[in-house]
Amino acid sequence: MKKFLLPLAVAAVGVYSLLPFLWFVLASWKSPAQLTAIPPVVVPDFHWGFYRSAIVNYGLLGYIKNSAIVAAATTIVSIAIGALAAYALTRFHAAWLRWYLLVLLCVSMFPQIAVAGPVWRILDALGWLNRYPGIIVAYISFSLPLAIWILSTFFKELPYEIEEAALVDGCTRAQALRRIVLPLAAPGIFTAAILVFIYAWNEFFFALIILTSPPLQTLPVGIALFPGEYTIPWGELAAASTIATLPLIALTLLFQRRIVRGLSAGAAKG
Amino acid sequence: MNRADRAAVWFALPSLFLVALFSIYPICDSVRLSFYRMILMLPWLGEKFVGLENYADLVIDPVALVSLGVTLLFVGVSAALEVSIGAGMALLLNESFRGRGFVRAAVLVPWAIPTVVSSQMWRYIFNDRYGLFNFLLFGRDTSRYLAPLAEPWLARAAIIFADMWKTSSFAALIILAGLQTIPDELYEAAEVDGASAWQKLRRITLPLVKPALLLALLFRTIDAFKIFDLVFVMTQGGPADATNVLQFYGYKKVFAEGMIGYGSAISVGVFLISLALALLYIKLIGARVLEPGAAR
Repeated sequence: MKKFLLPLAVAAVGVYSLLPFLWFVLASWKSPAQLTAIPPVVVPDFHWGFYRSAIVNYGLLGYIKNSAIVAAATTIVSIAIGALAAYALTRFHAAWLRWYLLVLLCVSMFPQIAVAGPVWRILDALGWLNRYPGIIVAYISFSLPLAIWILSTFFKELPYEIEEAALVDGCTRAQALRRIVLPLAAPGIFTAAILVFIYAWNEFFFALIILTSPPLQTLPVGIALFPGEYTIPWGELAAASTIATLPLIALTLLFQRRIVRGLSAGAAKG
Repeated sequence: MNRADRAAVWFALPSLFLVALFSIYPICDSVRLSFYRMILMLPWLGEKFVGLENYADLVIDPVALVSLGVTLLFVGVSAALEVSIGAGMALLLNESFRGRGFVRAAVLVPWAIPTVVSSQMWRYIFNDRYGLFNFLLFGRDTSRYLAPLAEPWLARAAIIFADMWKTSSFAALIILAGLQTIPDELYEAAEVDGASAWQKLRRITLPLVKPALLLALLFRTIDAFKIFDLVFVMTQGGPADATNVLQFYGYKKVFAEGMIGYGSAISVGVFLISLALALLYIKLIGARVLEPGAAR
């Protein structure tokens, strides 16, 4: 019974998880006629025209550039600021720090619309709508709870003795963080960085309200607002979607264990 | 405040500043704005204080009530489905078999795909003229093809399904972490006593994995409440507000119509509901957070 059921369950989970996206990737390699054919064509003739058209006619490279800049800047700054906060949360014992952690936890659960209007007004007042600093500073703020939470779990697991000895020897707190905690917590920092990068690469709501000018838009906005009112250019859309997703699937498969560990640190174990 | 506490302030300051500016202040400002009538993009027209009028309008706004109902339906059904499917996946991943690494990687793929991309993908699959959904149901008989995203109940089901597809692996990870804490000795002892697979599942696995199930359910509930991307791409809230969830309604009021005062009343409502969920979550796991010196 088990011998028979297990392969069946494995196949079902595999098909359920992979087939829908595979179908969309295949669409990007079809010819325009194959795209709307009934019955559907399963094996495309690997026609690269939609990729060329997505780049030439739909400005795909611009979206990729914007996403890369925004996600990279967000990740670097968020991890730096998050590491400072996580150090405070795990090495000091003031009561307000524990309340701070609870506030961070709460804040990370609010739907975007709870803060969106005022956030737009702040960035408008700063003249940062439709500019990289505006979207980046917003993403840094919204990814901080995630970064701090994950970094804290990793910092807490480090042995405190080495640091204590260094502090006794006259090392400052900042030196202890830079020379001891950060190198030892490198795997945790890397995990947090991957998750923040994925957040910034995928985020749509704030990108939609902050970046209204097409040359500045990121991939999710470009893909969501793909032009075409009456006939949707599915081939180009599938090509752009494949390109937007490939780096994430690569990251996920390469760093599977770290991501699973980071997610359960950030979510489950609490 | 002693010296160590002052040092802690300096380390926490940059993050405190950003969180205060972009999360705490906006919530307070939303409350203030909800007492005014003004246009977001035309601030020079002035703000007019209207007291509780926005809230009075909100509780009798038929679209807002439909939106609340749709959101609750969506949150309840999708969280329950995601935890059920996630539990199934977790039970599978907890077995040892050849190719487990492959399955573990495969279930993470939907999680890694940007929601906007998966939304367009489902829109393509649910297409009314050449979508895979229609072909699998009706084959070549195009006269019977449905337009799922244009029928109220089918559109709701499609969005729930798309959400479930993308996030059940997240529930699976949480539940798997719970399953892995169950000691093997319990199963071995049960086997010695001649327990069947079903008995082991009901008497050992289920009771011991219950905290993880609850956690996954609460976590998915909080997250499902944030649904926006799927609705924006797949249906724009339609047909006839059938999928107009609260986040999308608030977005439309504030950013498409510019009604920041009324929109802020919606924001405050959404905030209060999510605060209640967050407090429930903290009550479940929070005791550990408040332990002295504990970071989690």
